[in-house]
Amino acid sequence: MSQLLLIVSIGGSRVAFPSAAVESVVELDTLIPVPRAAPHVAGLSALRSRVLTVIDTVRSLDLGETDCSDGIREAAVVELDGHHYALIVDSVEDVVEAMSDPSPIRAAMGEGWERVALGMVETEEGPLLLVDVAALIAGPAPEARAA
Amino acid sequence: MDDLIADFVAECREMLEALGGEIVAWEAQPDDRARLDSIFRFVHTVKGNCGFFEFPRLEALSHAAEDALADCRAGRRTPDGPLVSAVLAVIDRIGEMVAAIEAGEEFAGGDDTVLIQALEPGAEGPAAVTAATVSDGKAVSAPRTIRLSVELLDRVMSGVSDMVLARNELARRLRETESDVTVDGAFERLSGIIAEMRDAITRTRMQRIENLFVALPRMVRDLSGELGKQVLIDIDGGDVELDREMIEMIRDPLTHIIRNAVDHGIEKPADRLKAGKREIGLLSVSARQSGNQILIDIVDDGKGIDGKKLVEKAVAAGSIEAVDAAKMTARERLALIFEAGLSTAREVTSISGRGVGMDVVRSNVERIGGIVEVDSNPGHGTRMTLRVPLTLTIIPALTVSIGSQHFAIPRAAIEEIVRANGTSVTLDSIGGAGVATIRGRRMPEISLADVLGLASDVPDEERTLVVLRPAGGDLYALAVDRIHDHEELVVKPAAPAVMATGLYAGTTLADDGSPILLFDPAGVAEVGGVKLEMQERAARIVEAASTATVRDDNVLLFRGLDGNRRAIRLALVDRIEEVARSSIRHAAGQLRVQLGDVILPLAGADALGVEAGKEGGEDKVRVFRLSDGTREIGYVFREVIDLMTIDHEVIPAEHPGAVSGVSLIGGEPAELVDAHWLFAQHLGATARAAEQVVCRLPSDDAWIQNMLRPIVEAAGYLVIDEHDELIPDVVIASHPGAIDDDHADRTLVLRDEPEAGIDDPSIYRYDRAGLLSALKAASGGKGR
Repeated sequence: MSQLLLIVSIGGSRVAFPSAAVESVVELDTLIPVPRAAPHVAGLSALRSRVLTVIDTVRSLDLGETDCSDGIREAAVVELDGHHYALIVDSVEDVVEAMSDPSPIRAAMGEGWERVALGMVETEEGPLLLVDVAALIAGPAPEARAA
Repeated sequence: MDDLIADFVAECREMLEALGGEIVAWEAQPDDRARLDSIFRFVHTVKGNCGFFEFPRLEALSHAAEDALADCRAGRRTPDGPLVSAVLAVIDRIGEMVAAIEAGEEFAGGDDTVLIQALEPGAEGPAAVTAATVSDGKAVSAPRTIRLSVELLDRVMSGVSDMVLARNELARRLRETESDVTVDGAFERLSGIIAEMRDAITRTRMQRIENLFVALPRMVRDLSGELGKQVLIDIDGGDVELDREMIEMIRDPLTHIIRNAVDHGIEKPADRLKAGKREIGLLSVSARQSGNQILIDIVDDGKGIDGKKLVEKAVAAGSIEAVDAAKMTARERLALIFEAGLSTAREVTSISGRGVGMDVVRSNVERIGGIVEVDSNPGHGTRMTLRVPLTLTIIPALTVSIGSQHFAIPRAAIEEIVRANGTSVTLDSIGGAGVATIRGRRMPEISLADVLGLASDVPDEERTLVVLRPAGGDLYALAVDRIHDHEELVVKPAAPAVMATGLYAGTTLADDGSPILLFDPAGVAEVGGVKLEMQERAARIVEAASTATVRDDNVLLFRGLDGNRRAIRLALVDRIEEVARSSIRHAAGQLRVQLGDVILPLAGADALGVEAGKEGGEDKVRVFRLSDGTREIGYVFREVIDLMTIDHEVIPAEHPGAVSGVSLIGGEPAELVDAHWLFAQHLGATARAAEQVVCRLPSDDAWIQNMLRPIVEAAGYLVIDEHDELIPDVVIASHPGAIDDDHADRTLVLRDEPEAGIDDPSIYRYDRAGLLSALKAASGGKGR
């Protein structure tokens, strides 16, 4: 109930990350591309002495592509299985308290959102989609990517 | 309370681990007081702690063992086989219980009373098995330590890395501004301290390889007991230090190799006696550091690996063609044990021989940048060598770039670096695939830009070729735009999404703090479409065939010491080395040059009629290493002019000599070096005459190698060992058990006693005349 959520906007939609999963919010400047990696892997960046694998969330959701050429992007840093990732988001808005457990969403969502959805949570700011960070990092399944 | 229990568990584990070797040593020498004491201390500590924590079963067990051992200590009882086994069983049970406590479970299995009864004097214990460890005579005393979590260490380590980056940043800023000398001084000091700290913290990751070795005596003891064999294990080099992660990575491969050695290598006692060996098999495990590698040798004196059987198996399994099999060298045959699905064990045992095994061992070791080598002498044993890098995390690498992006290549895989437009390099495109020929060696060539799908503004011919030899594969050339620097990089594993590409081995940070991707050379080859595995075997054969048929008219134009232009066929030149003049001297009748650890006859200097060493000028001279495929000679010269082809008529020389003729090369006359004459002249007595008789001597017998070999060689025989492919005309065996069936009719057997038994054809080892005449007779009168 008292779960804290980080509200971010991805591809124009406001969604929530479980704030426990998010280590910090950073501004990325340099981005080193990783040739031949999955398209949603935008590249590598360094945070102090750690290497961050930068995930283009828009791409991961099949919503298009983030233009990383214009320099500084905001990103949420999460740790998964010992690796650090930076999830590029349009903007980071706020931290709010969840007022309900995630409940299934019966409305039809886009395919990309469907894959990463953990459910809908009630907050002071209305219902928000709770996003599974791991699914976002995993990106589209290989066959979907090929299509 | 939980903390206390966790400490108790950790303490027990540590003691159990340290005890593993002690117990087996104690078994071999039950009257060894020091070891008895350390085992007693263990059960005593466990008993004391259990009372405090209320683990009644654990307490009862340790109490019973303590009582029995106390009796031994007081001299009321003599430790014997059954007692040792009973104590071992108790210690094992304690280990299981401790594991259960750690997991927070109730330990249910087993009945302790049986174990406790077995401790009683005169009780029927499980049959004792014999195994022993070579004792160094003193019990291991633990150094003063504290326990730290690895996470904490990693945090400190990354803190230090951050510090290094911050220092670099500061250094850049300082360079940009006009700074004070005093500030610079202070900064220098800070830099030094940080570097020192980085070294120290890196060392905290190191662990003595002993941690890996302590468990071995016990494992070998149990294994040999199970298999009805007797094995003596000798462990050496436990104080070699290795990255703790690396220790974990080699634990499984090492265990597997040792299991194999005990199961397949060492024979049953009866078979060993039959083969003229001691009943007890010897397994020696040793570690040593060599440069930035750790070498772990596992040597057994068992029956060795039958290369022929391996080949038959591989042919039957369809992994190689029978035609190719016939051409394989002894070493290549042995390497077949690393092929998946091959096992020479006739039956599958519970220990090993399931066909999964050595291939997994090899891939595991190669994954951490190591190599497994195998060498076996049928009938005499097997040597396995694991070569692993000192640390997983810091590796020397070469940074290269495509366009504006930097990448790193592990230096260990790099054979050489050449410019694509160099004279010794030709690039061809065959069916769209790149093929590079570098000084006569042909190899697949791939462009890194193509593999990565990156745009590059550097034209093909201006690129640099990095010749790579991936672990377990064959050479290929990788074209990169630019070569930057050699750096020691701290490598971290990359995220799964990055690893999924198969191209990278990890990520690292450059000095300016930006991330760099580190390539996996084998992965790059695979993505680039180079077939490594197939090449591995095929390349050698093709190479041999093609050099025999293709007449190479490429010549290397050079200037001799006398200033003359000369040319030598490129195929003959193995490599060019620069040596100090002092390493050229007259020895044993001719001029010789020392190159590394070999001494070669030296040609090229005779044109001057003086020793090259007396010539003034430069301290260094250049030497061609010429090879006729088996023998080498050196040829000293002043400088290389160019790589050319012979396109004019060759005017032969009037007399045979160092120069076979003269031709116009590059518009000017040049003398062609007559390699045949050189080899004939300079190898002289060392060259093997066509009718020379071949004698095979066992390589592992010191007496034969040191005493007999010189006599045999002086008698004009070419001496080979078991691994040589030459077919021996005569074989000398040090004892009747060592007769190789293939050559039984040509084998001379030596004996130690002057007196021969009835019908004993063997020869007393100090009967020189008898030996030489027997050699002559056995080789069909061909000897001198």
